[in-house]
Amino acid sequence: MIRIALPAHLRTLARVDGEVSLDVRGAATQRSVLDALEARYPMLRGTIRDHATQRRRAFVRFFAGGEDLSHEPADAPLPGAVVTGAEPFVILGAMAGG
Amino acid sequence: MSQVRVLVGTRKGAFVLTSDGKRQRWDVSGPHFAGWEVFHVKGSPADPDRLYASQCTSWFGQLIQRSDDGGKNWEPVGNEFAYDGVPGTHQWYDGTPHPWEFARVWHLEPSLDDPDTVWAGVEDAALFRSSDGGKTWQELPGLRGHGSGASWQPGAGGMCLHTIVLDPIDRARITVAISSAGAFRSDDSGKTWRPINRGLRSEQIPDPTAEVGHCVHRIAAHPSRPNVLFMQKHWDVMRSDDAGDSWREVSGNLPSDFGFPIEVHAHEPETIYVVPIKSDSEHFPPEGKLRVYRSRTGGDEWQALTDGLPQRDCYVNVLRDAMAVDALDPCGVYFGTTGGQVYASADAGDRWVPIVRDLPAVLSVEVQTLR
Repeated sequence: MIRIALPAHLRTLARVDGEVSLDVRGAATQRSVLDALEARYPMLRGTIRDHATQRRRAFVRFFAGGEDLSHEPADAPLPGAVVTGAEPFVILGAMAGG
Repeated sequence: MSQVRVLVGTRKGAFVLTSDGKRQRWDVSGPHFAGWEVFHVKGSPADPDRLYASQCTSWFGQLIQRSDDGGKNWEPVGNEFAYDGVPGTHQWYDGTPHPWEFARVWHLEPSLDDPDTVWAGVEDAALFRSSDGGKTWQELPGLRGHGSGASWQPGAGGMCLHTIVLDPIDRARITVAISSAGAFRSDDSGKTWRPINRGLRSEQIPDPTAEVGHCVHRIAAHPSRPNVLFMQKHWDVMRSDDAGDSWREVSGNLPSDFGFPIEVHAHEPETIYVVPIKSDSEHFPPEGKLRVYRSRTGGDEWQALTDGLPQRDCYVNVLRDAMAVDALDPCGVYFGTTGGQVYASADAGDRWVPIVRDLPAVLSVEVQTLR
């Protein structure tokens, strides 16, 4: 079970409180986790990554276990602590605008 | 008893203001979509409880929200705006080619007779349409592809398609405006397009009378006379009596002919409203006096409307989509400011009162008259 921490605006949009937990088929990567997230919450499509290119939106970052994973390849395995559910995969809006 | 519903988009959410036909006491609901920019909210003429809202942020992109109960509840619908084919390039501010990139939806124009059909004007400039209540969107590529698209340049706010005028008599006719490319018209439901900028003069471009390249800020028409168009251009207030085939200036005695919105009285097709702004570098009213100007002659002769509006130390702006009228008699006129006030006049502009004073900066104001 993968834990995902969404930023407040996307929690509101998805109508969830707190973290989201998802079963991910196959290897846990950014792509597979986001695919599973968008399948469960279709209203999040286009808000984290671009519809067409599937690239992370510029002001969205991915963290886990104190590491910045934003620039890791989409198909790279996520850290073990995320895979075991010990740490959440954190999606957040970049700090910008003061 | 009639009711009026004012739909307000702001930098940090949407608000719905309602009143009975007296338009004296207002109920304010919101913010809806708190923290998001809401560029536009508009109701369907065919079903007033069907509303569409354009919601976006730089962080999470574009969303379209739909309400089926007059704004009490909202559901996100489709937000994928994919340009048709290979988008190509337009000109950047410095004249170099720049790829067409979707940024946001500036304006939503519901169909006059089908609640599930709605048009979207977007940045970078293009026209999209949904015929399934906003679930999916398809570009009408004939506009970008008509021939001049590669020469279009953005205005200061981006290269946005911000005005969509649907002709209530000739249903195949659509007029749009783009900053800063100009006005364009289709006579075949959006398949083919041509520029309609003859008579416009813009000193800020190399050829002041070029076929395209004009920074049109807003176009309005009275539904009973759709061939008469009124335009607030970057500078100049213009009028066309032939559906945009030719334009003439009607700025007359305005203290400044720069501004953003222009609107037409609901019952008097020759009565129009503008809000003069000092200049393109000083986006506030001349002399710090917030004045709506009304012409009862379709332009040229203008009267300042000041009763109830701040006449000193006022430095707000009124943006292009932030003025609207209701259909009651006397006609109500409404506008919102970047200072967060929404002013209303229940007597066609003679006297003004603020409905609300302290909203986030107002991006758009639309009005529904409910009977």
